[in-house]
Amino acid sequence: MNAAVLLFPGINRENDVARALQQATGKRPPIVWHAEHDLPKGTDLVVVPGGFSYGDYLRCGAIAGRANIMDAVRAHAARGGLVLGICNGFQILCESGLLPGVLMRNANLKFVCREQHLRVERTDTPFAGKYAKGQVIKVCIAHGEGNYIADAETLKRLEGEGRVAFRYCDEAGKVGGAANPNGSLNDIAGIYSEKLNVLGMMPHPENLIDALIGGIDGRGLFDSLAGFSASFAA
Amino acid sequence: MPTNYGRDLLHKEPAITDALVAEHGLKPDEYQRILALIGRVPTFTELGIFSAMWNEHCSYKSSRLHLRGLPTKAPWVIQGPGENAGVIDIGDGDACIFKMESHNHPSFIEPYQGAATGVGGILRDVFTMGARPVACLNLLRFGSPDHPRTRHLLEGVVAGIGGYGNSFGVPTVGGSVNFDARYDGNILVNAMAVGIARTNEIFYAKATGVGRPIVYLGSKTGRDGIHGATMASAEFDDKSDEKRPTVQVGDPFSEKLLLEASLEIMANGCVIAIQDMGAAGLTSSAVEMGAKGDLGIELDLDMVPCRETGMTAYEMMLSESQERMLMVLDPEKEEQAEAIFRKWGLDFAIIGKTTDTLRFVVKHQGVVKADLPIKELGDQAPLYDRPHVASPKLPVIDAASVPPPVPHGQALLNLVGSPDQCSKRWVWEQYDHLILGNTVRQPGGDAAVIRLGDGPKGLALCTDVTQRYCEADPVEGGRQAVAEAWRNLTATGALPRALTDNLNFGNPERPEIMGQLVGCIKGIGEAALALDFPIVSGNVSLYNETQGRGILPTPSIGGVGVVADVARTVGIGFRSADEAIVLVGETTGWLGQSIYLRDVCGRAEGAPPPVDLDAERRNGDAVRSLIVQDLVKACHDLSDGGLALALAEMAMASGIGATVAQADSQIPVTGWLFGEDQGRYLVTCSEANVAHVVSFLRAQGVAAVLIGRTGGDVLALPDMQPVPVADLKRAHEAWLPAYVAGDGKSDGEGGR
Repeated sequence: MNAAVLLFPGINRENDVARALQQATGKRPPIVWHAEHDLPKGTDLVVVPGGFSYGDYLRCGAIAGRANIMDAVRAHAARGGLVLGICNGFQILCESGLLPGVLMRNANLKFVCREQHLRVERTDTPFAGKYAKGQVIKVCIAHGEGNYIADAETLKRLEGEGRVAFRYCDEAGKVGGAANPNGSLNDIAGIYSEKLNVLGMMPHPENLIDALIGGIDGRGLFDSLAGFSASFAA
Repeated sequence: MPTNYGRDLLHKEPAITDALVAEHGLKPDEYQRILALIGRVPTFTELGIFSAMWNEHCSYKSSRLHLRGLPTKAPWVIQGPGENAGVIDIGDGDACIFKMESHNHPSFIEPYQGAATGVGGILRDVFTMGARPVACLNLLRFGSPDHPRTRHLLEGVVAGIGGYGNSFGVPTVGGSVNFDARYDGNILVNAMAVGIARTNEIFYAKATGVGRPIVYLGSKTGRDGIHGATMASAEFDDKSDEKRPTVQVGDPFSEKLLLEASLEIMANGCVIAIQDMGAAGLTSSAVEMGAKGDLGIELDLDMVPCRETGMTAYEMMLSESQERMLMVLDPEKEEQAEAIFRKWGLDFAIIGKTTDTLRFVVKHQGVVKADLPIKELGDQAPLYDRPHVASPKLPVIDAASVPPPVPHGQALLNLVGSPDQCSKRWVWEQYDHLILGNTVRQPGGDAAVIRLGDGPKGLALCTDVTQRYCEADPVEGGRQAVAEAWRNLTATGALPRALTDNLNFGNPERPEIMGQLVGCIKGIGEAALALDFPIVSGNVSLYNETQGRGILPTPSIGGVGVVADVARTVGIGFRSADEAIVLVGETTGWLGQSIYLRDVCGRAEGAPPPVDLDAERRNGDAVRSLIVQDLVKACHDLSDGGLALALAEMAMASGIGATVAQADSQIPVTGWLFGEDQGRYLVTCSEANVAHVVSFLRAQGVAAVLIGRTGGDVLALPDMQPVPVADLKRAHEAWLPAYVAGDGKSDGEGGR
């Protein structure tokens, strides 16, 4: 598994996710500058990390979604290559057309950072193979605009095709209600693309990979990716 | 010609009158000092430069004399006060760089931007020295919850701190928030930043070499923040809202770029000297770089990147636009440095050079707007030995004379749900405290613990001050603030190494306020010396006063401790049932100035608890030793609310209850439960280890007594109906969200 981590000005969790990938794959992934036109040769997985690209002064992810490197990412995805967008990365994937829908201001209009439970909705994907279906995992959230919205038709399609990756839940696995931190429709925390090769999610699995620092539930995602063998290189 | 007309306007400066001098915050005798120093009437631009350099905020003219006595040295101190931030050696070639700074005045006028730029400023101080920031903390003081402005200020400040730090990408891991009517007109926003660098890769402000280019980096200069430092050096009056335009606007995105670009050019060996443009912007950064290096500086303002057209020399010299730096670069690496800054989309301009004249010369469009002696601008700033009177000593309250107005169980529930003692989760959940994936001990405990890189080494960090003690007895309060920070770090298992202080006081021209400042500094110095806990950086904020009413004296302490192995630290929560609970330190039941006396009995009275620095040291060293030996399951220091509140906090953190009995019946039970005797801790340990733990402590000369055991889901204390932990937790978590939502009786808006 060859991963590459994109870097836009204002992104700030690139090292967090690089650390998680290194832990899972044994290799430190290259960091790719936004102005580049090509991904490193042999890239299997592109990771768009969290942060505040371009300060999020325009719609979150709107400027990054149109950066040079995103043409290469779209081509990579079209070939079936894996793409993971976390937090601002999820917003960027929505803005770049790789995923449907949009992330709005949190329903209570406040930034929220805390440990958060998620329910794993399916495991037959390159991202979630090491989890069990319905497993409750604890990761962290840190966002001001994670309120997932899509039109009724899109939402129906996402649900119908089983493309919801994770839902917000409480410790016991009960979905929704007070466990939904931002007002997302259907308690959606992450979604897949049609071919299940692109995943966008608001929570940060990369910050829960160590028993000393909150727990290791985030590792499953990176271990799944590391264990997934396929070649999508151009 | 129109261009000439514009040029004339740009150079037409007002005549210097007494009124103009006064508007610049300079007293008549200070103006006489300027005349004597330069031998002529200053230009308007020069007057502005003097006002920027000689205000209280930049010159420390009221406090300098007293600050000189503080202990600032230790074998592990690399850089004490006087640079952008303090630097300590934390072993293995690593240095920790940190400082705390206030943004009180701007935050009161414009809470979001005031607080945001406070965070931005302190982060810049740290990365200017070559450090990558790894944590932020803060200490916030607001007016009474009933004051109509408090909720707005609280919401704005918290959002501003989060808005800046979250975007910049540094975890905000700790802080202190409370309320008092004495802050109604002057809130406190003290921000602390902590960074890490290699000990041999630290950068300083001192310029070297004649004829070297002075480089301007970062954002463009605008008209924001002009006279910000002067505003921060004056009392508020009823027209303070009109000062809103002097508050700067923060841009964390630019700051993040500035961080990355600065660290990149430092790593490439391009930088000779560097200074951030903070208070008094271009003026103070340029003067400082020259004066420290015994060099003159010549600036050509035509080269300064400006956000607006038609800015005058006066405006450029006094602008406090954020996210800017000044550097002296290695001339051979100038192109490389410029390419790095361009890559990050930041401005890069050569705006002057170093000279051998020891003059600070400012030119604009070919006209010399200022020509001043550079050393004297700093060195000859006024220095005052202001008259001061010691605060009168208050009587010691006899605990036996305090009848409990409500049952103890009710008192405990009231306290855990009171504005000052309630959970501050609503605050710290708005701060990204988990980014970097190194937050071992999250907000809500005694001190935060972060891992450095992949560990095992780490830092413990905290901010503390008990301002009601400081007002009741400034010397004792100063000692207590340092001791409490030291104790909070110790309670995690860390070795406290150094502190940064932020001295927030009222108008120093009043002898009683000056007396508080002098007393607190004395106490801080005594405790720092006794605890090997030197002061390596700091900030003074005076004139926190509105219409003659001063704040409580608030010398904030930011503490830094080193942890050899973060896996060996402990938190405050009980870990399991059947742990033995040991009370460490002497208990006398001291109720004077206690939270119980103030918030339960409605009596803010008496002398505060004295701090026995020898016992403090002995107790803390023994507790730390137990933690490092892995004999302790949980540890919590005793502070506000005494033993009962500490037990409640340990129970609430874990959901596990406890049963406790009073060991010494000589002490009135109210004092035993809620007294605030200093130098105390609660530790828990396994049943198997308790005899060893107690005998170890006693062998060190430390008072230690087994008072109970963990278990169950209620807190059962002597002379008290058992209180369910769930009830405590509900009360603890309820107050702040309800307050900000505007429910309940604490709503101060509307009817007033």
